[in-house]
Amino acid sequence: MATPLEIHDLTVSYDKKPVIWGVDLAVPEGKLVGIIGPNGAGKSTLIKAIMGHIPLSSGWVKIFGKPYSENRTRVGYVPQRESVDWDFPVTVMDVVLMGRYGRLGLFKRPKKSDREIARECLDKVKMLPFANRQIANLSGGQQQRVFLARALAQESDIYLMDEPFAGVDAATESAIVTLLQELKNRGKTLLVVHHDLSTAPGYFDMLLLLNMRVVAFGPTEQVFNAELLQKTYGGRLTILADVAEKIKQQR
Amino acid sequence: MNFLPIHPPWSGRHIPRTLYVCVIAAVILFVFSCPSAMAARIGEISETNIGDQVYRFFTLQDPSVRYTIAGCILLGTCCGMLGSFIVVRKMALMGDALSHAVLPGVALGFLWTMEKNPLYIFVGATIAGLIGTATVSAIKRTTRLKEDTALGIVLASFYAVGICLLTYIQHLPTGNKSGIDKFLFGQAAAMGREDLILMAVVCVICLVMVYLFYKELLALSFDTAFARSLGLNVDLLHHMLMLLLSFAVVISLKAVGVVLVSAMLITPAATAYLLTERLSRMIGIAIVVGMVSGIAGAFFSFLGNNLPTGPFIVLAASLFFVGAFLFAPKHGVILRWWRTLNRRKRTIRENMLKSIYHVLEQRGFDAEGVSTRELAEQRRETVEDVEGTLRELNSHSLITRHEDGNITIFTPDGWQRAATIVRNHRLWELYLTNEASIAADHVHDDAEIIEHVLGEETVMELQKRLDYANLDPHGKHIPTREDIEQRGRHQKPGTLTSGYGGQV
Repeated sequence: MATPLEIHDLTVSYDKKPVIWGVDLAVPEGKLVGIIGPNGAGKSTLIKAIMGHIPLSSGWVKIFGKPYSENRTRVGYVPQRESVDWDFPVTVMDVVLMGRYGRLGLFKRPKKSDREIARECLDKVKMLPFANRQIANLSGGQQQRVFLARALAQESDIYLMDEPFAGVDAATESAIVTLLQELKNRGKTLLVVHHDLSTAPGYFDMLLLLNMRVVAFGPTEQVFNAELLQKTYGGRLTILADVAEKIKQQR
Repeated sequence: MNFLPIHPPWSGRHIPRTLYVCVIAAVILFVFSCPSAMAARIGEISETNIGDQVYRFFTLQDPSVRYTIAGCILLGTCCGMLGSFIVVRKMALMGDALSHAVLPGVALGFLWTMEKNPLYIFVGATIAGLIGTATVSAIKRTTRLKEDTALGIVLASFYAVGICLLTYIQHLPTGNKSGIDKFLFGQAAAMGREDLILMAVVCVICLVMVYLFYKELLALSFDTAFARSLGLNVDLLHHMLMLLLSFAVVISLKAVGVVLVSAMLITPAATAYLLTERLSRMIGIAIVVGMVSGIAGAFFSFLGNNLPTGPFIVLAASLFFVGAFLFAPKHGVILRWWRTLNRRKRTIRENMLKSIYHVLEQRGFDAEGVSTRELAEQRRETVEDVEGTLRELNSHSLITRHEDGNITIFTPDGWQRAATIVRNHRLWELYLTNEASIAADHVHDDAEIIEHVLGEETVMELQKRLDYANLDPHGKHIPTREDIEQRGRHQKPGTLTSGYGGQV
């Protein structure tokens, strides 16, 4: 069995300015991995780079041994909640059905079986009663549950989640944790961008400490220590940031 | 045409869309099957009176009327459908820029052949429109300027070039240039058979493309990042949408004119946005609004003897928008205002019921009736004001009035309502002081508002949290379920269950 996610020497730049440098990573199957690091550390960028949304300056990404484009149905994605317009005229059901689009292919409409799957996924996040409501007027936690249901409907093997815990209520937070555990127990691999250091060790099996480059990656109990966290958060990488700025200006 | 529905994208049901396609097909067939020589040109019927004009319009005697109506239906369809996408994607200004950017293309299309060949003009205008949108993206990508600024620059400069070229054409010595100025404000009656064929073809192309790619366009519009992660070529989809959008703009030019065509993209779609909560239905409504506006515009232009059509079409669409703005079932201004008014009236009624309860309570519930004077004192209002509210309560059967209206007595309903409000008020006060640690003298004003909106479920939750306490922070009795339901007003609240006397 190939590694679910393998990254080699990945460098990504925005506007010619490097944001993450030389990332090497091999995530084993069936792990719940938290990605933590300060603001601007490139956490979201890493997720987007894995999916090929941003051009890579160097390196490659493999999903179960193949490029993302050949294995994309095995990857589920939960974008940041703020990235969409929640006044958009769609129902909760419509949004969850989008999770099925990747498997449907062009021109095909969701079938009854897809609706059935979407309903099951909504039920898992306790949002089934809202299926036919418009997405406006949902609370932050409910919005996040809808996004999770959509990702579940993708029936993928790897999930990339961008801050699923941001701005949700306590009940939703614990529901999400349960859901992530359940997915992991079913052998799924999960990469979750997380911003709350206090809960990180409790939630994740493994942690990726990221600050423009990989500071550490390993089982939580090995990498969640003062020294590595200090390296990630403290001692701003001024020289690295300065050089990045210079590279940008020279273009 | 086997692109027809399995699941119609904009209705969720089968009939409307099938019906709609049939209507379009019928219109197209009807128009083209009629011999064009059989009736007079519009210009020759200017002498007749309004009644005749209306009759002429609705009996579709003139081919030019038929052309106009068919053209307006087609453009309403295209603009409504594609406009919906730019409205939900917050790109409404893009439509504006696009419509102005096509003008130089119109002029160049004319200069190409030196005649008003719709096909050349169409090609020229589409190319100019695409160059316009590409310029916007280029400015956005390579400079620090934001999209609105880029749109403004492109809109104005392309339009200026177009005006210059049109003026140049006007001064050319060659012949067949009359009517080229109609592109500015639109003249539906100037549409010929070739124009209509082109419109029909383009309209069908747009319908087919949107039908085929509906799912993808929905994903792109709602969540571009997610659409990309599914492997959709979002850039290609975006450009396809832009291309269809320029098609819609270009075929609408002759009828609506460069200046106002963006309104046909935005206004019907915005109207539909207010009326529904699903993109599929929004597209359907936008199409209908666009079509009806088109026909209405053509009608008034015909009545007024070939006035420019564009302004009338846009006016009609704007009227629809005003209607939706005022009367939309959920968010309409009128209904919102009506609901607010009702809520305010209910609050006034409930406050008076509460006052009656308070007076009774102060007297230890020794009598059933309360005098109007007592109420006025309790509420620090004039007797007349109290009188008005009491009449209102009476008409809602919440109280009965005795002794020439001087004495007020609760009906069972009135008692229930009053006791409920008092309970909500005191419960909330208790909750704020006990659970939210707010000082007892700070909680009254808040409870004055909350008492009217607390639902039964919340109340039960509150009672449980507060361990069914029966004294509020000021030491007053909180009416219990039994108190509220006793209906007979002779019993003192609190004496039924715990034996507690509820006076101050």
